[in-house]
Amino acid sequence: MKTLVIAEHDNGALKPETSKTINAAVKIGFPVDVLIAGNSLSAMSSHVASIDGVANVLVADNSVYEHQLAESMSDLVLSLSDTYSHIVASATTTGKNFMPRVAALLDVAQISEIIAVVDSDTFKRPIYAGNAIATVKSLDSKKVITVRASSFDLQGEQSAAAITSIDTVSDSQLSSFVSVEQTESERPELTAATVVISGGRGMQNGENFALLNGIADKLGAAIGASRAAVDAGFVPNDMQVGQTGKIVAPNLYIAVGISGAIQHLAGMKDSKVIVAINKDPDAPIFQVADYGLVADLFEVLPQLESAL
Amino acid sequence: MKVLVPIKRVIDYNVKARVKSDNSDVDLTNVKMAMNPFCEIAIEEAIRLKEAGTANEVVAVTIGPKASQEQLRTALALGADKAIHIETDEKLESLHIAKLLAKIVEQETPELVILGKQSIDSDNNQTGQMLAALTKRGQGTFASKVVIENGKVNVTREVDGGLQTVALNLPAVVTTDLRLNEPRYASLPNIMKAKRKPLEVIAADSLGVDLTPRIQLISVEEPAKRTAGIIVEDVAQLVEKLKTEAKVI
Repeated sequence: MKTLVIAEHDNGALKPETSKTINAAVKIGFPVDVLIAGNSLSAMSSHVASIDGVANVLVADNSVYEHQLAESMSDLVLSLSDTYSHIVASATTTGKNFMPRVAALLDVAQISEIIAVVDSDTFKRPIYAGNAIATVKSLDSKKVITVRASSFDLQGEQSAAAITSIDTVSDSQLSSFVSVEQTESERPELTAATVVISGGRGMQNGENFALLNGIADKLGAAIGASRAAVDAGFVPNDMQVGQTGKIVAPNLYIAVGISGAIQHLAGMKDSKVIVAINKDPDAPIFQVADYGLVADLFEVLPQLESAL
Repeated sequence: MKVLVPIKRVIDYNVKARVKSDNSDVDLTNVKMAMNPFCEIAIEEAIRLKEAGTANEVVAVTIGPKASQEQLRTALALGADKAIHIETDEKLESLHIAKLLAKIVEQETPELVILGKQSIDSDNNQTGQMLAALTKRGQGTFASKVVIENGKVNVTREVDGGLQTVALNLPAVVTTDLRLNEPRYASLPNIMKAKRKPLEVIAADSLGVDLTPRIQLISVEEPAKRTAGIIVEDVAQLVEKLKTEAKVI
């Protein structure tokens, strides 16, 4: 019984989701190996090797894996799967993309976005936009699992584990990379930030999101958005917090001009402290907010910025 | 080309799911059901491909109890040409669904399969990827733009950090994200016309797929409740509370 974790990274740096996913993998109770697949990974392998609980680091460094296309990633993971009872990845867009493909190739079910490990076969996961928590037991001999990173802690450090390089190259020829359009940001990543300030439809337009910048700077916060704000074109979609966007659980979540629809709450209701600023006293967001301020956001935001 | 669109009947997205008092599952008796929102987007995309002359036939398929035919009729009213209902009263898992759909792909030989990226009930986000694996096709998941040219489909995908475009050889599998399109409403004349469109019913256990459960549902619970906190008077009080009481800034 051994667990394989597939690392989440952007070829340059390891994503914090990996450490949290390793934390979940360690809780399963078996030795943990980590696979890093990508291009030019030299610096990252030593970083992974220093994460507590990692027995071996497997490095598949090849241009084929640069964009982690699902077809070649799943073939690579399949080729390594024989010795592992558990195959685990973060429930990021990358993990969600290739893991079900791995599961189908292995002819096993996948357990998506676990939020807790009960035992090596049994896990908790949210269903119905987080309105219910299911406890499920995998009956397959191999378990394919994705992890909701926001539900697990960062794993500590250790002295370096062994690093092995993997020479298998699986190029499916079914797909190819064309281009990427990255949203540039100086701020911390939404899923890793300790403070998140989000704007909703109440922001009225994209320019008004600038009102959040000063506050975000002072708090070292990431800026998020509700689906309404994204659909209205105020901000790009990768800022969306919710069932269909990103799941965050920061220490402090400030919801500005957000009503608090089911789909949005699914993405942030595990935040430690929630603040809601909304002029509608009946907005559902106030039912989950620790601190509510019923006021016009255009008056309040400049005041908040200067008060910090 | 032919486009296959698998759809799912789920709880209406506006309804808050209630957990049964015996914690066995979510209570769906007398709950409003509808087509999964991501599946609506998949149907819309297929119909747009047909309107653009790229596709010549759109086939909708669903797997579930008899009542799921209601959602197939909706798909037909929106513009699908025919529908296939794989009938079962069992609660199937994504792997089973993908295997049954693979049989339909074998039978219908569509060049493109468009599915929603996830259903809003089980929130699995698996079926499209599994179907692509089982039919040995390339996959374009979380699509916000689909362009078909020169025997390939270019799919712009919503990924963490921005957008990524991949080119897939046809035949291929695409799963839809919310921003792919805005689904239309079915008009009354089209709803009437849909009643005369062909709807084939196949028993799930006649397709030779092993439907033995792989996952055992042990219990379903309400999530930990968050209770409403306090309403503060002004910004000064808010900042004060965050500093001294909550100690988060």
